[in-house]
Parts: sequence; structure tokens; C-alpha cells
Amino acid sequence: MADVATTVAHDEHETTTGLPHTKLAMWLFLSSECLLFGALITTYVLYRNASVEGPFPADVFDIGYTSVSSFVLLASSLTMVLALAAAQKRDFMRMRLWLLATAMFGLTFVGGQVYEFTAFYREGLAINTNLFGTTFFVLTGFHGVHVTVGILMLLSLTGMSFADRLPDDPAFPVEMVGLYWHFVDIVWIIIFTVVYLIPTAPGAK
Amino acid sequence: MADIQIDRGEGTEEHGSAHAGHPSAREYVRIFFILGAITAVEVAIYYIRDEMGGWFLPVLFFLMGSKFVIVVLWYMHLKFDDRRYSRFFIMGIAGAATLYLVVLISLNVFAS
Repeated sequence: MADVATTVAHDEHETTTGLPHTKLAMWLFLSSECLLFGALITTYVLYRNASVEGPFPADVFDIGYTSVSSFVLLASSLTMVLALAAAQKRDFMRMRLWLLATAMFGLTFVGGQVYEFTAFYREGLAINTNLFGTTFFVLTGFHGVHVTVGILMLLSLTGMSFADRLPDDPAFPVEMVGLYWHFVDIVWIIIFTVVYLIPTAPGAK
Repeated sequence: MADIQIDRGEGTEEHGSAHAGHPSAREYVRIFFILGAITAVEVAIYYIRDEMGGWFLPVLFFLMGSKFVIVVLWYMHLKFDDRRYSRFFIMGIAGAATLYLVVLISLNVFAS
């Protein structure tokens, strides 16, 4: 019986690289995501000043509002690592609390984005209005979808915890979801600067 | 059956050792305040960009890069984890940055 147990343990933890393959795969996935968001950000930079008619970025952006959204996403990164710290201590109550707090911050961010999109639409900026609208909505929309997927992962993790279906090392899945969540956060760090804070060329308003 | 549970428990400790050296909850909170302060500075310099002249963009990119590096090193634990994870991630970032920088240069985005 002990031999069987040893085999099970080795299958789970000893790999050809000496690293957990799940974590390695997650980093490779995030690495590939850099290419996806790189393409979207590059396209935005390329076309942000190329619109023939408005609305232009300066007409619709509300930096104060977006700054609050950025703080909300930063706060969600804090609660995510606090959930991981609690999972490492096997403090499941706090882990669930911080996971739910992270999901709530994520929902607040996505809700804010939906409100922002609606406000832009009312000001005359739709995805097919001009090049700025197309590249802006595709870039920030893709990011919003990533945040939404992250929220679903967080809620699934919390549900699994309540159903006592987490693996023996509960910190491992929390860390994997955390890596994805923090990646979404660093993408927003770039979007916030490149899309919102850098002014457009004077000729394009 | 009890043997299996005990052995899995030992395996868990192996995973647990992979987390060893991660920052404490207090350090995570301190990093959050640093990130918040950097974001506040970013927003503040946006409103005084005309007074900053040519310094605005370099300072903004420096602040953005600082936030990026802090999150990746501390919150994503690359500072504490095996260096091979860092190599995979840097490979993706460097590949994407090189590829798209070449695209932007070839389309004369930085010409003016």
C-alpha cells in the first residue's frame, strides 16, 4: 500500500523538468498572451491618431473615472495574493473571503467598463465609428473578457473549496488562478498608460 | 488507506516548499501601497503634462515599467520562484516587444 502511495506522490510531483508542468504551462500560456495583447496594443497605437472624424480620445476619456477603475484592479491583485497567503497557511475561511473579494473587485471593474462603453456610445463612439473606436473597443473589450474569465475561475475555485474538492495542496490552484489574474492586472497597467494617459497627437485632437 | 493519505501529505509539503520564501501578507499590503502611490503619481503628472514638457513620456513609461516589474516580481513571485519561469515569460515579452516595435518602426510611427 505504501508503494502505491509513493508512486502516486511521485507521479504528481516529479517531472522531467523538476518543475510542476501545470505551472510551466501557465507561464507559457501567459507568454503567448503577451503576443496577443502586444498585437492589440500595437494596432491601437498605430491607428489612434488616424481617425478622419470624431469622437477622438480627448473627447470621450474621463481620466478620473478610469483611475478609480485602475485602483480597483490593483486592489484585486492585493486580495488575490492575500488569498494565496491564506491558502498556504490552510486558512480556508480567509482564503474564500479573499477569493470572493477579488471576484467582487473584478466585477466592479467589469461593471465600470460596461458603464464606460455605454457612455462612449452615447457620445457617438461605437466600434464602427472610426479607427480609434475600432481599436479601442477591441483592445479594452478583449481585456474585459479576460477579467470576466478570471472572475469565473475565482468563483469556481471558491465553489470547489466550499464543496471540499480542492486538491491536497490548495495553494497550488490558487497560485495558478492568481498568476492569470495578475497577468490581467499588468496588461491593464500598460493599457492605462498607453491608451488613457498618453495624449493623442495635436493634429488629431 | 491511511498510508496513502500520509504520503500525499508529504507530497503536499514538497509543493509547500515551492511556496517557501514568498512575501508575507504584510509585505503584500506594503507593495499594494507602493503600486497605489505610483498610480497616483501617474495620474498627477497627466494633469501637469504641459509643464513637464519632454519629460512627460519618459517619466510615464518609467512609472508604468516600475509597476509592471513590481507586480511580476512580487505578486507573481518570479523573484522567488525557479528562474526558468522568468525565462519563459521574458521570452514572450521580449518576442512580442521586438516584433511589434519592428512593425511600428517599419510603418514610421515614430517618424514625427
